[in-house]
Amino acid sequence: MLSLNVNGQTLEVGEDVDPKTPLLWVLRDTLGLVGTKYGCGVGQCSACTVHLNGVAIQSCQVPAESAVGQRITTIEGLSAPGATLTAVQQAWVEEDVPQCGYCQAGQIMRATALLARLPKPTDAQIDNDMAANICRCGTYTRIRKAIHSAAAKIAKTGGAS
Amino acid sequence: MSSKPFEPNPYLPEYLQKLEIERHEQSLALSRRTFIKLTGLAGGGLVLAMSMGPGARQALAQTKSPAAEVTLNPYIQIRPDNTIVLYAKNPEIGQGVKTSLPMIVAEELDADWSTVEVRQAVIDAKLYGPQVAGGSTSTPTNWDPLRKAGATARAMLVAAAAKQWNVPASELTTENNVVHHVKSNRSATYGELAEVAATLPVPDAATLQLKPRSSYRLLGKRITGVDNTKIVTGQPLFGIDFRVPGMLFATFTKAPAIGAHVKSANIDEIKKLRGVKDAFIVGQQGDHIGFNPGGPAVGSGVAILASSTWAAMQAKKQLKITWDETNASSDSWTDFKAQAKVLAAKPVAAQVLGQAGDVDGAFAGGKTLDAMYTYHYVSHADLEPQNTTAWFKGDHIEIWTPSQTPQAAVDAVAALLGLPKDKITLHQLRGGGGFGRRLANDAVCEAAAISKQAGGIPVKVQWMREDDMTFDYYRPGGFHSFKASVDKGGKLSAWQGHFITVSRDGKAPMTAANIAPTEFPANVLANQRMLQSLISSRVPTGPWRAPGSNAIAFAVQSFLHECAVAAKRDHLEFLLEVMGEPRFTVADNLRALHTGRAANVIKTVAQRAGWGREMPQGSALGLAFHFSHAGHFAEVAEVSVDANKKVQVHKVWVVADIGPIVNLSGAENQCQGSVVDAVSTAMGLKITFEKGRVEQTNFDKYPLVRIDKAPEVDVHFVESNYPPTGCGEPAFPPAAPAIANAIFTVTGQRVRTLPFSAEGYTL
Repeated sequence: MLSLNVNGQTLEVGEDVDPKTPLLWVLRDTLGLVGTKYGCGVGQCSACTVHLNGVAIQSCQVPAESAVGQRITTIEGLSAPGATLTAVQQAWVEEDVPQCGYCQAGQIMRATALLARLPKPTDAQIDNDMAANICRCGTYTRIRKAIHSAAAKIAKTGGAS
Repeated sequence: MSSKPFEPNPYLPEYLQKLEIERHEQSLALSRRTFIKLTGLAGGGLVLAMSMGPGARQALAQTKSPAAEVTLNPYIQIRPDNTIVLYAKNPEIGQGVKTSLPMIVAEELDADWSTVEVRQAVIDAKLYGPQVAGGSTSTPTNWDPLRKAGATARAMLVAAAAKQWNVPASELTTENNVVHHVKSNRSATYGELAEVAATLPVPDAATLQLKPRSSYRLLGKRITGVDNTKIVTGQPLFGIDFRVPGMLFATFTKAPAIGAHVKSANIDEIKKLRGVKDAFIVGQQGDHIGFNPGGPAVGSGVAILASSTWAAMQAKKQLKITWDETNASSDSWTDFKAQAKVLAAKPVAAQVLGQAGDVDGAFAGGKTLDAMYTYHYVSHADLEPQNTTAWFKGDHIEIWTPSQTPQAAVDAVAALLGLPKDKITLHQLRGGGGFGRRLANDAVCEAAAISKQAGGIPVKVQWMREDDMTFDYYRPGGFHSFKASVDKGGKLSAWQGHFITVSRDGKAPMTAANIAPTEFPANVLANQRMLQSLISSRVPTGPWRAPGSNAIAFAVQSFLHECAVAAKRDHLEFLLEVMGEPRFTVADNLRALHTGRAANVIKTVAQRAGWGREMPQGSALGLAFHFSHAGHFAEVAEVSVDANKKVQVHKVWVVADIGPIVNLSGAENQCQGSVVDAVSTAMGLKITFEKGRVEQTNFDKYPLVRIDKAPEVDVHFVESNYPPTGCGEPAFPPAAPAIANAIFTVTGQRVRTLPFSAEGYTL
């Protein structure tokens, strides 16, 4: 039996689930949090990006058992249902970033972690972090723009993202 | 009733025209029945056929709950609180039609967009006609019907107000969900008028007055995608996100050598693995090698059903299958290249697809040049691997899938299971990318077959990335051998294209492996010849973003630049001269190449990019034009190349004439994305195969461009007054030749292979 701290809640994962199952599949199939996406399963595309203690990681590469006792945040945990979106989520909507939208949860999770670390990233800093994530539709121009826009929003509201 | 034979929409590619004819025949059969069928919607509402009379609508009104929407036609429902529900008819795969098509309805309805909720329409040809995401056809084929749907509903709301106030309808105006009578200073909301409006006769389409462009309030603006809030909060939307109670997660393993059959497998061992609930061999059903969206397409393989996707994937890795490769592909790309070389050396043996003028005479009188271009196979690589959930229930089946051809998927499953089409319910889900891959319904067929063979258990068949990359209907690889001449005046005097492509039957090219005999520049030159030779192949092919253009444009527009260089002419000037006088290349066809529209976008892009300006050492601008999907696109790439063949694509300018723009944000996004896609494909993407086995299995061997290598993309729309055309594909083809032409200008070396990495150039 695994006990995971996901989006501020403690969730139990039954014994029928292999504790070595990648966190990605426990989130999606066991806990029903399907916002985190499967793209490659080999740590290439980062569609599966979530936060482990605030750090962006590829959840397809992390066995669920090694996430026990750590703070897991998924795309569903950024803002409460119906509540105000975070600055990054707002910027994504305002800049109309998504095309198919499949990679965007992973992009948003990585961008959120980036801005928490570097509140005013340069283009090179954005490239350095965000190059981990593939967008097959090629929305990179807008991802960059949305990150700058979110950074400005956060600066204006005094740091809360 | 007219006895004129049905003609499919000429805008559609051939494979979609075929589907449309089938659809039409079905709907004829249905319209002969007299009853009116009501169709349940996902949102709980009801949709009525537009032709449905007021009596039936009243009957329906009795049955609905107080909060229910009033239905004015299959696209529009209005709620008492003056909010509006619009139905998006076509599959959404990232091309933005779930936003842009309802915008067209909203414009003519004079709806307040902030009050609009968009829902995915049911899959029903009787209500919506063809429901397809392919060929960049959604905008051009739906432009008139959707404007009329909006205008019809608006006219009914106006008529309701006119009746209520006893004033002429002509004195009424509409704006933002409200009907006004200025003279008497009265107004009523659509919400207040909808009940009455729904009882009035549907106006004759001929009496409708569509808005002139000058009075558009919504079209041409930047509107954010209707699903964006759900996307940024991680709500379930995609095929992979769907599940039903009791569902098992399934993998399906087909042969590494395409077309091989399972002889035996360690099924008993697999069944003992943790989380595995069932495993079995599935026999081949129909033809999964040929591209046929409406036919059964299940390859021979092994299905594993488990309690989670991971358990099914882990068990898949433990599979030990003995394959019968008697009928499997043994194709080799290395061998294809060798065959092409031999064929290219013998153009006289090739089939003549078309010719005009005196080609050989012109060659004799001019300076000739020749070159051979090669392009590899590529995979669609939708980021969401193929999947479908199916639940076989004995006499009917329910399917949840992100297909690009949902109506054809129903046909395919009907044929596969031997069920009537009305026993198949298909729910359309959002696709995590399409690019043509989801036009094929092989994953849908697999899920249906597996759910049935498992005894009616709901299953989600989920392909792993490795499945997705090694079994695709690939963009075919191919070869172009060119010969051309320039005369003493430096004019292009003759052109011969020898197209060497793949064929399954030895008679005709495979799907999307063909070339039109009139392909540019054949359609603008006096002396031209198009030849074709075939290589035998069993590697599946299918439409891939801008089929018939995505690689051909690279070859043609690069060789045209070679001609300009041979003629010692400026590329821009040379290209404009090839276009010649402004004219449609096919008389009376608004969807044909118009050389004046072409020249306009070419001149405009040159101006925006600063063509002819001094460039820093190691940098250059490259130019290309391509016409496809009725869109005229010219692009300039600013590129630098270093001594180690490291390439940087700094910026790409796109100028397009696709008529009026529906959603400026969406259209621009498509162009930006197409260019990034083209940079990936031009620089590094290739699928190769040996012994019938595809050699690339995941993104580590298939280097899609990432943010650090993505160019800045400047997009400009000419917005001419021609009817609007699609935007998902035509921005793709000119980008690769524009980059290749720039590389030549920097290095003096001509790149003649897609991807350029095959010639040592890397990003």
